[in-house]
Amino acid sequence: MSDFREMLFRLLVLIRKELLAVLKDPGSRSILITPALMQGLLFGYAATYDLTNVPYALLDQSHGANSIALIAKLDGTGVFHRVATLETQRDIAEVVDQGKALVVIQIASDFERELSAGRDGNIQVILDGRNSTTAGSASAYLSSVVAEFNAQLRGAAKPPLTVEMRAWYNPNLETRWNFMPGMIASLSMMQVLMLTALSVAREREQGTFDQLLVTPMSPAEIMVGKAVPSIIIGLFQSTLVLCLSLFWFRIPMAGSLITLYSGLLIFTIASVGIGLSISAVSANMQQAMLYSFVLIMPLMLLSGLTTPVRNMPQALQIATMINPLRFAIDLVQRVYLEGVGLFTVWHNFIPLVLISAVTLPLAAWLFRNRLS
Amino acid sequence: MTEVRAAIAAAGIRKSFQVKETGQTVHALDDVSLEVPVGTLTALVGPDGAGKTTFLRLVTGLMTAQEGSLTVLGIDVAKDPQAVQDRISYMPQRFGLYEDLSVQENLDLYADLHGVTAEQRKQRYGRLLEMTDLARFTDRLAGKLSGGMKQKLGLACTLVRSPALLLLDEPTAGVDPLSRRELWDIVNQLIKEENISVLVSTAYLDEADLCARVFVLDQGKLLAQGSPADIAANARGLCFVATPPPGEPPRLLQARLLGETDAVTDAVPHGGEVRVVRKNDIDPARLDALLHEVPTRPVEAGIEDGFMVLLRAKKEVHLSETEASAPERKDGEAGETMIEVHDLVRKFGDFTAVDRTSFSVHRGEIFGLLGPNGAGKTTTFRMLCGLLPASGGTLKVAGVNLRNARAQARRRIGYVSQKFALYGNLSVMENLEFFGGAYGLRGTQLRERIGMMLRQFELEGQEKTRSGQLPGGYKQRLAMAVGLLHGPEILFLDEPTSGTDPLARREFWRRITALAEAGTTVVITTHFMEEAEYCDRIVIQDAGKLLAIGTPAEVRKQAGETDGHRLNMEQAFIGIVEQARGKPEAKT
Repeated sequence: MSDFREMLFRLLVLIRKELLAVLKDPGSRSILITPALMQGLLFGYAATYDLTNVPYALLDQSHGANSIALIAKLDGTGVFHRVATLETQRDIAEVVDQGKALVVIQIASDFERELSAGRDGNIQVILDGRNSTTAGSASAYLSSVVAEFNAQLRGAAKPPLTVEMRAWYNPNLETRWNFMPGMIASLSMMQVLMLTALSVAREREQGTFDQLLVTPMSPAEIMVGKAVPSIIIGLFQSTLVLCLSLFWFRIPMAGSLITLYSGLLIFTIASVGIGLSISAVSANMQQAMLYSFVLIMPLMLLSGLTTPVRNMPQALQIATMINPLRFAIDLVQRVYLEGVGLFTVWHNFIPLVLISAVTLPLAAWLFRNRLS
Repeated sequence: MTEVRAAIAAAGIRKSFQVKETGQTVHALDDVSLEVPVGTLTALVGPDGAGKTTFLRLVTGLMTAQEGSLTVLGIDVAKDPQAVQDRISYMPQRFGLYEDLSVQENLDLYADLHGVTAEQRKQRYGRLLEMTDLARFTDRLAGKLSGGMKQKLGLACTLVRSPALLLLDEPTAGVDPLSRRELWDIVNQLIKEENISVLVSTAYLDEADLCARVFVLDQGKLLAQGSPADIAANARGLCFVATPPPGEPPRLLQARLLGETDAVTDAVPHGGEVRVVRKNDIDPARLDALLHEVPTRPVEAGIEDGFMVLLRAKKEVHLSETEASAPERKDGEAGETMIEVHDLVRKFGDFTAVDRTSFSVHRGEIFGLLGPNGAGKTTTFRMLCGLLPASGGTLKVAGVNLRNARAQARRRIGYVSQKFALYGNLSVMENLEFFGGAYGLRGTQLRERIGMMLRQFELEGQEKTRSGQLPGGYKQRLAMAVGLLHGPEILFLDEPTSGTDPLARREFWRRITALAEAGTTVVITTHFMEEAEYCDRIVIQDAGKLLAIGTPAEVRKQAGETDGHRLNMEQAFIGIVEQARGKPEAKT
């Protein structure tokens, strides 16, 4: 029993030292707050696929009543903004190439004649495929405007089928609602990974690690002593982004904070495990930095934050199974937006616990046994 | 260009720095005037923080003085630093070798930087590689060279072009005696063959002794200048050697004498005896009382004696041992074996760093591990501390192998690493509290121990200072305080005195001697051979093999010392290493 108390006391001393080292340095103090807030705001505002402003160019060779009515309808949406009115077909390439217009609408000179003859009138739409997501949404939106126009044109005969859409959990399908909860997990992971990856590497580089190893502290104790402050810091980062999303972007949270935080806790432990393992294999801070940079990119890409996991090739989908962020994002999004409870998302805990159970002991073992 | 008489002429140089944290102004150089003659080897000596490096950097034009004039090779540095830089070569303390490039690539890089033509390179490389004996290693990565070889490569890179003036900032710090001698041979050869002027800063006074002219700096002021003989003259007639009673280690007499600051300027163990510099105005009766009738004989004053007289005259160094600063006694049987090493082997791949080494250390002993760079000292040391697993053999420290011992066993040892290895951004107090806690000290016990260490290592008043901001000497004392905080029975010290000046080294050894007296076992590695004299027993290693073990006197005898032919420790060391390497006996 007294052995246990001794150990607990040593852990407390080590945790206090780690927190002091981070908090005393004005540089690392500001690193705890500024990047999370800045990146949170950036992602909230900048990362969006939402259609709010589609610049388009018009090449109207028909100049008929119908074409004018259609264009008026398009301008009336408030989403499409005409940036150029073209004279000839040759002008199209220029506005698209220079990125002035995302969409070019060409109405042929026989448009009016065909329509009045009762045949099909054709509109050609040219999209800038370099921006495929937005172009895709723009064309879909354009199609719906044209369908509406068609319905009016044909008058009396109401189309037999209409689609009524309801987007659950994100009624206006705002990208921000999708991104910000994801950020709660991913921003904190980036920070935690860097912080922990540098922690042991720094001590190795400055020689303080040897000084630690000769004390009665065991590698496992050192590992726990290093992990706990990082977990506290990681959860603090998550809280920052959570507040940003709740109070700044006013994205309503449907789930319970307890479920959210228990998920975040186990996720942060898994990230700390990865960070400490990086740190334990790195000979110096430069290596640790490099390893974590190399790792962060695939972790982000294979997380489902920006592109759904089910769209990925089979091999990569399997690869996402060892990515803690994938499970954390799923968990946070569902708890935050859907409001599900622990019983619905528990399956996400299993891989997170497994990842921690491998990386943390590995790090502790590497502390002492890394070949020097 | 007109003929210049002085390579460097400085008049009334002042340079001060503002310390950001405290707002204090530090005078690195204070009204320094000196002239370095052309075509000679000149030394700049002084304790840590004397302003040696600052002066060298001013000469290079990398910084400018606030006051005074500085002319280098007839050019005003402040006005035209580029013109000076084109004609000098400068080797800073930590020379910027690219560790991931090979020896040849490093040379090429510096040759490119200095615009050395292909034609010049051909001649120059051959000569440099021959002088530095690096020709066999041109393909080896610089990072894989030993410390001494790195310094030689640094010097070679500095010399890719022939400069008019060569500036060397402590080129031999942390380099073993053999490599040190080789470096000096290179420099001397250059002066002879190319007639260049060399200004070298050094903490080794035996190196200053080889120079034509010596400048002694202390706390930014020029204390003295002249030939080595001029410096030595300060101690003329004051030096004698005292022979301690047979069987008694000289360090006991030495420590007693050094403690009497009113009577004795300096005392060091030397060749089994004690070399003493007495105060000028000392009453002979008092001295006799101090010596307890041990036999003495007068000796010629050396440069180090003169240097100590100069420094001690300036500031009264208090070394008096008070009750509070004395280390506590360790209980235990006197002859008890504390460390036992048998057939210890450590291999890295197919390279054997330590080859079947056996020795044992007894309680209260000061045990020295000596050897050239890369001899296996640090590897042995790290295995003893449990930081590195052994590939073969057995070792027991305080009865256990620390590598797989329970955590509690580690409480019995203290460890002070080679470079400062405490948390630089934590304060002195926070460091002590942390390590105290790590060793399980807490509450009043922790307070008491910390208070005791602060007194013993004279760190009171510095509790709140960030330890990274402490001056070099204080850092080392803090490292010692941390190592001894939990009252270990065995203290491990890895090159604790490397890069420290003679003054700080004496103070350091006084503490170590006192610790050993009180029953703490001390294991120490060092480059300074004269420091082996403080040890009860020493081991000399080279290329992983144990070459000699025994008391300093026994080792000197093994190196071929006879009553008629006395050797100092450095000569003995070089002799033993060269015997083992199969080279001809050193011509000393």
